[in-house]
Amino acid sequence: MLADKDRIFQNLYGFGDAGLAGARARGAWDGTKGLIEKGKDWIIAEMKGSGLRGRGGAGFPTGLKWSFMPKPDPARPSYLVVNADESEPGTCKDREIMRNDPHLLVEGCLIASFAMGAHAAYIYVRGEYIAEREALQRAVDEAYAANLIGKNNVHGWPFDLYVHHGAGAYICGEETALLESLEGKKGMPRLKPPFPANMGLYGCPTTVNNVESIAVAPTILRRGAAWFSSFGAPNNAGTKLFCVSGHVNRPCNVEEAMSIPFRELIDRHCGGVRGGWDNLLAVIPGGSSVRCVPAAQIIDTPMDFDSLSKLRSGLGTAAVIVMDKSTDIVRAIARLSHFYKHESCGQCTPCREGTGWMYRVMMRMVEGRAHKSEIDTLLEVSKQIEGHTICALGDAAAWPIQGLITHFRGEIEKRIDQYSARAGQAPVEPVRTAAE
Amino acid sequence: MSVRRLAKDQPESFEFTPQNKAWLERQIAKYPDGRQASAVIPALWQAQKQNDYWLPRAAIEKVAEELGMPAIRVMEVATFYTMFNLEPVGRYFVQMCGTTPCMLRGSDDIKAVLERRVGPQGKRTADGMFSWLEVECLGACCNAPMVQINDDYYEDLTAENFEKLLDDLAAGRPVKKGSQTGRVSSEPAGGAITTLTEFYGADGTSGPLSGKK
Repeated sequence: MLADKDRIFQNLYGFGDAGLAGARARGAWDGTKGLIEKGKDWIIAEMKGSGLRGRGGAGFPTGLKWSFMPKPDPARPSYLVVNADESEPGTCKDREIMRNDPHLLVEGCLIASFAMGAHAAYIYVRGEYIAEREALQRAVDEAYAANLIGKNNVHGWPFDLYVHHGAGAYICGEETALLESLEGKKGMPRLKPPFPANMGLYGCPTTVNNVESIAVAPTILRRGAAWFSSFGAPNNAGTKLFCVSGHVNRPCNVEEAMSIPFRELIDRHCGGVRGGWDNLLAVIPGGSSVRCVPAAQIIDTPMDFDSLSKLRSGLGTAAVIVMDKSTDIVRAIARLSHFYKHESCGQCTPCREGTGWMYRVMMRMVEGRAHKSEIDTLLEVSKQIEGHTICALGDAAAWPIQGLITHFRGEIEKRIDQYSARAGQAPVEPVRTAAE
Repeated sequence: MSVRRLAKDQPESFEFTPQNKAWLERQIAKYPDGRQASAVIPALWQAQKQNDYWLPRAAIEKVAEELGMPAIRVMEVATFYTMFNLEPVGRYFVQMCGTTPCMLRGSDDIKAVLERRVGPQGKRTADGMFSWLEVECLGACCNAPMVQINDDYYEDLTAENFEKLLDDLAAGRPVKKGSQTGRVSSEPAGGAITTLTEFYGADGTSGPLSGKK
């Protein structure tokens, strides 16, 4: 188990003071000037060396991302944008950072902005997080008042930090949709290239990072890349916030070392699976967008990017949704299909039309009111959506259904059989065609 | 996507209060010159809060005027983002999370309470006190099931404690925000096993690193 002294988010649960004094006592804002004086090349090299992979879901190396920013140009100022639009079902980690350890994030924004030559940063908080936004704004105000950030701050790098918010669109977690939204438009993803590092916010070079990626940076730099990379399997370094929800005895957020086996994570921190390990049905290990994994495959799997992608799933945001044998798995996935139907921005036809179509078919599968051949039709359509849209929402809508069909086809077929058997006894609605 | 239309009955006009107008000026100052459109979401949100938590056409047009944007661009934003209520809502507007993590922990029970006490989704009770909506993941999954009522989250709900919460709100009694079962935030119920009560500094021992040197 990760030792308490190696935890970055020491106030994750808000037992201590979230304000500046409390944060300082835990080591935040400690020697920040010294880190900045070591120069941007040192910071980027150290971030690359730490092996930190982006915590927002895709797992792109953070240091490498920072190094993509072009040389500063006064006509096109660089921006850091922090993605705090935490909306992936199952994920609730950035919320705790913003309300309980916000100074780590504020300090991380200063250091990251310095490393990429940005003098301004925006934090885009999801609209529903009203208390969290206010907590974060308090931390920003405290940092301004103590002259830790601002035009003439003690660190010698002029820097302004602004808290911005959305209004309830999941799609704004996609980085280019977030930038569109921040510019005051509908959150519709942009075609890439050009990538944000060249044409981002207001057409200027921009890097978009997840809250957790930015908030861990100051501690990594203080304690060294070697310390951070000592946790986890190779290529999956560091500590990570896991959000465990669903059918465990004690759901919680917890910071653990990467690559911790699933069983250990659940037994140590969550009091085990409800009804014991024999009662485990399946797990969605990385937020709703990844494929579910049946119990037998996940129990001894290390929770990291590479191990989970070998299971054709993913670590995503490390939002672990646990489902025991009482779960109606078809309905659980159908509810996610409703989510993607609701959250599609409507820009690309395969996603706009496909998410609704898949949801309607899934709802019939829940009842069993379908033909068995439609299972393959559904799989085929999901593959037509996957990879044919501007952003990954189409993929994210397709994968949960693909995971269900791969691992639980028998359950869907059983339901169709049951429905057909009932249909023989009493008059029922006819099976509608899929293109209703 | 979801179908979102403006309400049938619209007020004649909308005007920001002087405080909100000053607040809006401060928001616009966050963005570079000429980029005041960036403030459109905060502006609409403030307008909604000023107008009993819903957004009439006049407010959308007023925001367009204040920000120098074509009205249709602001209309697009108001209809795209689902937190903008385009029709009147109850004085206590309950947004119930029904996405899978909450569903697994019993949001069906919460929904049954709402259907029984408040009625169908999107309709206000006769006294105008309550209305409710099933929404998508609100990002408090370790404290599922949960609802948002106006600005605040209420977590770790059961049918019983949720009924009590609604009773208290209806009677104007004070209520507790956050967890309804006594958790501080998202620590494991019954207390954290990670100590996290003693704090360690940057060097992994105690106190700030600079104090050690």
